[in-house]
Amino acid sequence: MPSLKDLRNRIASVKATQKITKAMQMVAAAKLRRAQEAAEAARPYSERMGAVLANITQAIGGGGDAPALMTGTGKDDVHLLVVCTAERGLCGGFNSQIARLARDHIRRLLADGKQVKIICVGKKGFDILRRDYASMIIERVDLREVKKLGFVNADAIARKIIQLFSEGGFDICTLFYSQFKSVISQIPTAQQIIPAGVASAPAEATVGGNAVYEYEPEPGEILTDLIPRNISVQVFRALLENAAGEMGAKMSAMDNATRNAGDMINKLSITYNRQRQAQITKELIEIISGAEAL
Amino acid sequence: MAEAFQFELVSPERLLVSEQVESVVIPGAEGEMTVMANHAPVMTTIKPGVVTVKTVGGKEERYVVFGGFADIVPAGCTLLAESAVAVGDIDRADLARRIQDAKEDAADAKDDQSRSKAEQFLAQLTTLEGALLAA
Repeated sequence: MPSLKDLRNRIASVKATQKITKAMQMVAAAKLRRAQEAAEAARPYSERMGAVLANITQAIGGGGDAPALMTGTGKDDVHLLVVCTAERGLCGGFNSQIARLARDHIRRLLADGKQVKIICVGKKGFDILRRDYASMIIERVDLREVKKLGFVNADAIARKIIQLFSEGGFDICTLFYSQFKSVISQIPTAQQIIPAGVASAPAEATVGGNAVYEYEPEPGEILTDLIPRNISVQVFRALLENAAGEMGAKMSAMDNATRNAGDMINKLSITYNRQRQAQITKELIEIISGAEAL
Repeated sequence: MAEAFQFELVSPERLLVSEQVESVVIPGAEGEMTVMANHAPVMTTIKPGVVTVKTVGGKEERYVVFGGFADIVPAGCTLLAESAVAVGDIDRADLARRIQDAKEDAADAKDDQSRSKAEQFLAQLTTLEGALLAA
């Protein structure tokens, strides 16, 4: 049985922890709002980009001049996985969920006898995947120093991917990130970005309907310019969704922690009060029985 | 008064402009072009330059864009810029950094094709800088 002093210390320490988790929750809430705004602000661009891409692919009609980034290499031997996770922990199952999805994917690919390469964006995913697949990780992108995610960050990653592709480093590229549904639900998602799956995008999304476009320069040329940019946009979107998801997960994790700490304090206080009462009763009995003995 | 149409300027980070305008001057890859209402559908890449927007109220707004795309249909015009800022907010240091980057790219280029591309981009950037300094 812990002494009264121990209990008091214990309660004080849990209270201190609760204050910290509470503060972290509030910080996460503030950051979440900002991350969500950023994600929403970026949405029009990727939507318009999708529409333009659908339009132009239709114009080309899958002709021979579509760039390799879009059609792929025609093989699927070497897979590149870009795993985007958070830089920090303390956000519940957020990172491990993404990593688990990636790991399942890797296992499946390896079972099929494919070769796998991994690019880790974010420290946490790297830490998890390093345990089993250290030899496959070819690159690690660190965004810890980045205060505010910008398009340049995504562009740098996309550039690396494209360079690797043009050197023939892989055939198929899949992006792993967490889709931000709501504060309490983030869905880990795998999205194939090379070869781009835009060819099947609905054509009615375009504003002009079946208008005959003039292209300046040629459609093929525009497309070679557009596809790499689309990859940057996809990566950027993934990073933003991740940022919002991380904050959401952190917020609910810290909310749980704060609540648990509260429960613990309640329980400890009850034990503490009981024990104090028991001690008072004991002392009283001692005094009374002492008086009776006289 | 000229007819108005919907113009949107979008950068990956946010939607900068979305309003009814009278005309827009776009620095197209193959020359500047002015877009007005009921323009024939055109899709063009744009080079680094200044976009001049004339709103319905007759106000003129200028934005600096660094490459991107314009999707023009009779009903409107959407400009997907790689990065865009209002002329008033342009950061000279940022521009200088971009020029420096472009210079390095041109120096690093391995084959003739990518070198000429990088040099072209550099030339466009320097022209842009010149235009801005004069303004």
